[in-house]
Amino acid sequence: MADIKVVNLSHSYSIGTPFEKKALDNISLEIPHGQMVGLLGHTGSGKSSLVQHFNALLQPTAGQVYVGGVDINSSKITRRDVKHQVGLVFQYPEYQLFEETVYKDIAFGPQNMGLSSSEIDERVREAAGFAGVSEDLFEKSPLELSGGQKRRIAIAGVIAMRPGVLILDEPTAGLDPEGSRLILQNLCSYRRSTGSTVIIVSHNMDDMARIAERLIVLANAALVMDGTPEEVFSEPEKIRALGLNVPQSTQIALALKEKGIDLREPVFTHELLLNAILRIKEAAVC
Amino acid sequence: MLKDITLGQYFPGDTIVHRLDPRTKLILVVLYIIALFQAEGWVSYAVVLAVSVLCMLLSHIRPKNLFRGLKPMLIIITLTALLNIFYTDGTPVVPGWIITWEGIARAVKMILRIVLLITGTFLLTYTTSPIALTDGLEMLLSPLKKWKVPVHEMTMMMSMALRFIPTLIEETDKIMSAQRARGADFETGSLVRRATALIPVLVPLFVSSFRRADELAVAMECRCYHGGEGRTRMKQLVMSSADHVALLLGVLFLAGIIVLKLLGL
Repeated sequence: MADIKVVNLSHSYSIGTPFEKKALDNISLEIPHGQMVGLLGHTGSGKSSLVQHFNALLQPTAGQVYVGGVDINSSKITRRDVKHQVGLVFQYPEYQLFEETVYKDIAFGPQNMGLSSSEIDERVREAAGFAGVSEDLFEKSPLELSGGQKRRIAIAGVIAMRPGVLILDEPTAGLDPEGSRLILQNLCSYRRSTGSTVIIVSHNMDDMARIAERLIVLANAALVMDGTPEEVFSEPEKIRALGLNVPQSTQIALALKEKGIDLREPVFTHELLLNAILRIKEAAVC
Repeated sequence: MLKDITLGQYFPGDTIVHRLDPRTKLILVVLYIIALFQAEGWVSYAVVLAVSVLCMLLSHIRPKNLFRGLKPMLIIITLTALLNIFYTDGTPVVPGWIITWEGIARAVKMILRIVLLITGTFLLTYTTSPIALTDGLEMLLSPLKKWKVPVHEMTMMMSMALRFIPTLIEETDKIMSAQRARGADFETGSLVRRATALIPVLVPLFVSSFRRADELAVAMECRCYHGGEGRTRMKQLVMSSADHVALLLGVLFLAGIIVLKLLGL
């Protein structure tokens, strides 16, 4: 059973005004339960619009979105319930913190679900653990913490709802390398221990190549590439033509190819690059 | 839904109304408002109505856009009309009724007055960019500087406030979406519940407004902003002959309305 299924989805903003703009154009895709998906594309390619359809924050102009086999736009109730199943972390989520203490802010989501206080407490502690928020911070005001800490608290606030699908819009934007590494690491271990689907919207090809099992590339409101990192990065020229970058290791492989050294296989992580170069070197020795 | 607010919106264009000096337009609007409140008889109202329709036609602003701005005022307009219909003494429409012919006449005039007042001022903000408007206002008020009124600072604050309305609306939309994604519910429940549901929106909005204000202040200081003292402009406002003609017509219009009032029309 597909966890998320999108059928012929189109969405336009400001319909009927001179500012009408097509954000999504006839997109169909399926994301099975437990997959780690990287959603790539240019600014304005429709990535953020697409993920906001997954939890019914936006309603399609045409087409359907199914979560767990249910058409999420069939009624007001399904539109509300899907928000508990699909957790969405917006871009720069630290700007949405509002409670007096870190603990209360993480508890906001579970509270809205109407859970008992013992259940809420359990979830807050669990979510804080997954997001890398230390329990010493629980009684602090979220406003006096650092940017990276705030970001992790905001992510914990969504994880605390125990969504079957966790979507993050640019979770590492504006963080230092150490901060982004920590967040991605936490997300990987979160997915390993809960088995939930994780969808990450990102610009960063290097990160996505490393952690995603599947990459979906959007351009000009349409879905242009969909496959494993091997499949997607086997066509680096196509990605560049879309105005996107390829991972550093792929760039090196492309540069080597121009110099006449063809590595003959898709390369998108440093390990793969190293192995491919070593293989070529061995072949040359023999 | 929040994006539909038209307050201070500007529709760029290249008509005679757009090209007039902002000072001229500000003075004309003041003259227009005075004239509107001097109008008493039907003839005066007809003249004011004709003049505003003429200005609208000259500005090429679609009537739909002008009337969309009236929507939030609908309650006030209907309330005033109803009060006037029911609380004016005179000859009843049907003997024994509380509704009088005088009441109906006054209600119609009231509606006309409010609608003309709003559309007239909207015409100003629709055809004048906020920057031109505040520049014009600053120059018109500059004589007050003699009495230590901080005119430049006030108009600067006004243009910043106008500038940040769309930004704050966008931000509110974003925060509401984010809290909705965490299960916040803004649409159902009692009035008190709905009001408390806004706290998760208002707190981050306040925090980010202060942050923005801080950043803006630093950015302005970095560009050596130090108030209005000795400040020059890239775009100097110049009155053309069209402005003089427009001002003359405006004064004639007001004089005409006053004459009509004296004649009791």
